[in-house]
Amino acid sequence: MRHKIYASASGAQTVVIRPLYPQITPMPMAGFRSRLTLCTTQTQPPQAGPVFETRIHGRGGQGVVTSAELLSVAAFTEGRHAQAFPSFGSERTGAPVISFCRIDERTIRTREPIVEPDAVIIIDPTLLHQVDVFAGLKPDGYVLINSSRPFEQLHLSELNDRFRVERLCAVPATELAREHVGKPLPNAAMLGAFAALTGIVRLDSVAAAIRERFGGELGEANARAAQAAYQLVPPSSGKAASREAVNA
Amino acid sequence: MLKQIEGSQAVAQAVALCRPEVICAYPISPQTHIVEGLSRIVKSGQLKPCEFVNVESEFAAMSVAIGASATGARAYTATASQGLLYMTEALYNASGLGLPIVMTVANRAIGAPINIWNDHSDSMSQRDSGWIQLYVESNQEAVDVHIQAFRIAEALSLPVMVCMDGFILTHAMERVEIPEPEQVDRFLPPFEPRQLLDPAAPVTIGAMVGPEAYTEVRYLAHYKQMQALDLIPEVASAFETSFGRPSGGLVRGYRSSDAETIVVALGSVMGTVEDVIDELRQAGLRIGAVAVKSFRPWPRDEVRSALQGARRVVVLEKALSIGIGGIVSQNVHGALEGLPVSVHTAIAGLGGRPIFKESLRTLFLKAHADALPGTTFVDLDEGLIDTELARMLADRRSGPHAENMLRELGTVRAGAV
Amino acid sequence: MTPADPTGTRLKFFQTGSFAAGNRLLDAEQRSVQASPERANAITCGHRACQGCGEALGARYALDAAMRATGGDLIAANATGCLEVFSTPYPESSWQLPWIHSLFGNAPAVATGVAAALRAKGNTHTRVVGQGGDGGTVDIGMACLSGMFERGDDVLYICYDNEAYMNTGVQRSGATPEAARTSTTQAVGEEPGAPWGQGKNAALIALAHEIPYVATATIGDLRDLERKVQSAMEIRGARYIHLLVTCPLGWGSPSSDSIKLARLATETGLFPVWEGERGDIVSVSKIRRLQPVEEYLKLQTRFRHLFSPTRRDDVIARIQAKADRNIERFGLLEVDSEELEHSEEQELRLEGGS
Repeated sequence: MRHKIYASASGAQTVVIRPLYPQITPMPMAGFRSRLTLCTTQTQPPQAGPVFETRIHGRGGQGVVTSAELLSVAAFTEGRHAQAFPSFGSERTGAPVISFCRIDERTIRTREPIVEPDAVIIIDPTLLHQVDVFAGLKPDGYVLINSSRPFEQLHLSELNDRFRVERLCAVPATELAREHVGKPLPNAAMLGAFAALTGIVRLDSVAAAIRERFGGELGEANARAAQAAYQLVPPSSGKAASREAVNA
Repeated sequence: MLKQIEGSQAVAQAVALCRPEVICAYPISPQTHIVEGLSRIVKSGQLKPCEFVNVESEFAAMSVAIGASATGARAYTATASQGLLYMTEALYNASGLGLPIVMTVANRAIGAPINIWNDHSDSMSQRDSGWIQLYVESNQEAVDVHIQAFRIAEALSLPVMVCMDGFILTHAMERVEIPEPEQVDRFLPPFEPRQLLDPAAPVTIGAMVGPEAYTEVRYLAHYKQMQALDLIPEVASAFETSFGRPSGGLVRGYRSSDAETIVVALGSVMGTVEDVIDELRQAGLRIGAVAVKSFRPWPRDEVRSALQGARRVVVLEKALSIGIGGIVSQNVHGALEGLPVSVHTAIAGLGGRPIFKESLRTLFLKAHADALPGTTFVDLDEGLIDTELARMLADRRSGPHAENMLRELGTVRAGAV
Repeated sequence: MTPADPTGTRLKFFQTGSFAAGNRLLDAEQRSVQASPERANAITCGHRACQGCGEALGARYALDAAMRATGGDLIAANATGCLEVFSTPYPESSWQLPWIHSLFGNAPAVATGVAAALRAKGNTHTRVVGQGGDGGTVDIGMACLSGMFERGDDVLYICYDNEAYMNTGVQRSGATPEAARTSTTQAVGEEPGAPWGQGKNAALIALAHEIPYVATATIGDLRDLERKVQSAMEIRGARYIHLLVTCPLGWGSPSSDSIKLARLATETGLFPVWEGERGDIVSVSKIRRLQPVEEYLKLQTRFRHLFSPTRRDDVIARIQAKADRNIERFGLLEVDSEELEHSEEQELRLEGGS
């Protein structure tokens, strides 16, 4: 028990204090930890895992935050750790928004915003020349842009020098969404394409996450859009894992 | 059950598992998802009996909790920032009356200037209120510590605030183990109040106390909270036995037992700190970290014990006491009294400014090389300060600082379009 | 309440609250609660209220009536103020019911919390009273009060209105009447006393919330107060009673005049007495013998500056106009033709004798 709450005039006294709260049943010795041991637990550091960091750019109302969350749920269904969070700006409809998703085999501890992403997803191409969406992207990084125009026509030729051409991809996600879901909400399609491009999650995991979030017919329609986008990504894209192996 | 879930929703589910009987809440960013989640759980009938009261202010929220708790109901509320300040009077009232209310504080900066993002200034401003203050590092720990909080509060008849970083934890989706109802029911027995408004046995609660007894009543409050220094680890230990994972407690060390430089921090930044510690250890530095999990009561002995072997300590703080400097570092100084350990304060993350690994790396290296001043403001934009100071010197009517600086940064358009 | 008399003479008992004739001639349920030795004494003797304190009197009547109505199954939440301070001088308490004092501005919210806890526990028999002075109710407590009304929490809230922050030294509140002297609206300058505004009628504000029951009352008619508390306790939901209570110290009146002043406040029309339900006024207590406001004002030194050193007829007239407006607005003097006929008949009978 705590001693020496106060010092009396004649010097500090040690007082045994009776507890005011009901005693907790003591544990068997085998499981017992002294208070100090509990306080200074040594934790083995996790080995540096192959963490995959994705940054998603878009505008408020386009499902940027949802995209990161769905990606994290897809990774979760595969038994991995995933952390998704937004950039916490004032999220007015139409204002630029950023969200982040980290995927790792081990517990993810850090919470800093992603500064050197392994992949960048751009949901709204009008951001391309307004925000530096490629800032910090690793040389081996992936770029996925939502556009009905092919990548070559997006005036991003300087990217060919900085990054691997086969990892830069454009998909008409909004059109696919309109076709399959009836609404121009591109995030499900983008995630399907992302799965194909990077191989970091399987298509069926993405579909499962979509169905869980949206439910019913809307979930099914979005899953179809994801599948359609998946199939649009050229099979020669350099992925982290081969598509065939991933889909086995 | 393992879930990939938003922090706020995880907390809502954890709180619901604790079977609160009265939940009263007023919305404020970034706590809103917690109370929305709870309102859904109550309204759908998943949690009963429970009264969910939509109150007209945070002051009302804490007041309703006071009335409910005094009538023997397990009471819960949540707030942040301005809301916490608005209920300050009621905070002191709740702790003074000895009511075991549990409250989530989704840590957020305090205005002016108004800012909705994370730092610790809100809960730090109430460190003298008599509430037990526990800080959690992750959403898993948030779930676990809320369950522990009710048990601690009711054992001591003291209110407990569980502090979790707003947005960074509340709005992050990650893997969390949500306990089963039976597990929580076994761990948390029904509330047995120490005082009760009961027509069958009337008592007067809240009498006026003059000079003849006020000191003694306050002393008892301090005495009770000091007991938490023993109770908190016991509850954490019992939790680990029941649920199979460590969480809560007073302090937690990370690679600190042989460290020359130790970083002290509270809350979610510990995760980022640990990643940097690992990298610097790889590079051969003897560096470690200590997470303070119970800020009130202040675990003086445990902090001293954890830090006494170090040469230097860097206290990484997400709050600032204007006019003096770091808050946690003052407490750490006191704990290290008489020891040859130098204590440095690093203020970071104010108003939601991200804390980058790179910045921490630089900071820790400097600290390890004994090149840190007493107090550092991490990532401070000195140019911005200098510009504003120059403006103030040039013109009496220099205008509001916030707008001037935002204009300088280009966040606000200057002049007429 | 007019018991039939076999001789055909109809007698009206104006004040059946007196302990003399009234109670002995009434049935038990109609008697004042205070007449019963079995009364709850919810606030018992020994408290430190001033001599002639209207609030102590009002609280005693109101709470004992509530205790009788609920069989003693009652919890009270009290705001900071005179009532709270004089009833709980440490280490004593004069409360004989479960009672909680939290803060100045939160009594309605604390009462809400108590009611919520009872509901959560499935307790449908214990009732809740919230109470406070005018300061704690119409000023600092107004937000919590409005919230309680809006949610319809099952609480009867009683405001003891002595028209200023009396406990802290007679400072002006939102309920202070115009021209009244308080320590923060002193009787100096060109416009001595409290300034002229439109006032804050808490009872009408309560009525505007469309709650099941709103009433005003004074300590000038304590039986009426008891009846209103009884009526209120028969209803579930948010209810409000605004009670005018004299403060001899703050008003500057002899302690023996407390009830007289409350009666004059009613009889001048300055304090209308009425009941309302769900947004409509359903009954009004008529003025029996109209008095000019001067009769009321001249008995209180808080209005002395209206009479000396110089008479302020302009201010008195303004106050009279306010009273006249109340009379018209609430129908305080309206007598319908049937009643007029009946009362004339009655006068004739009484005069005629045999």
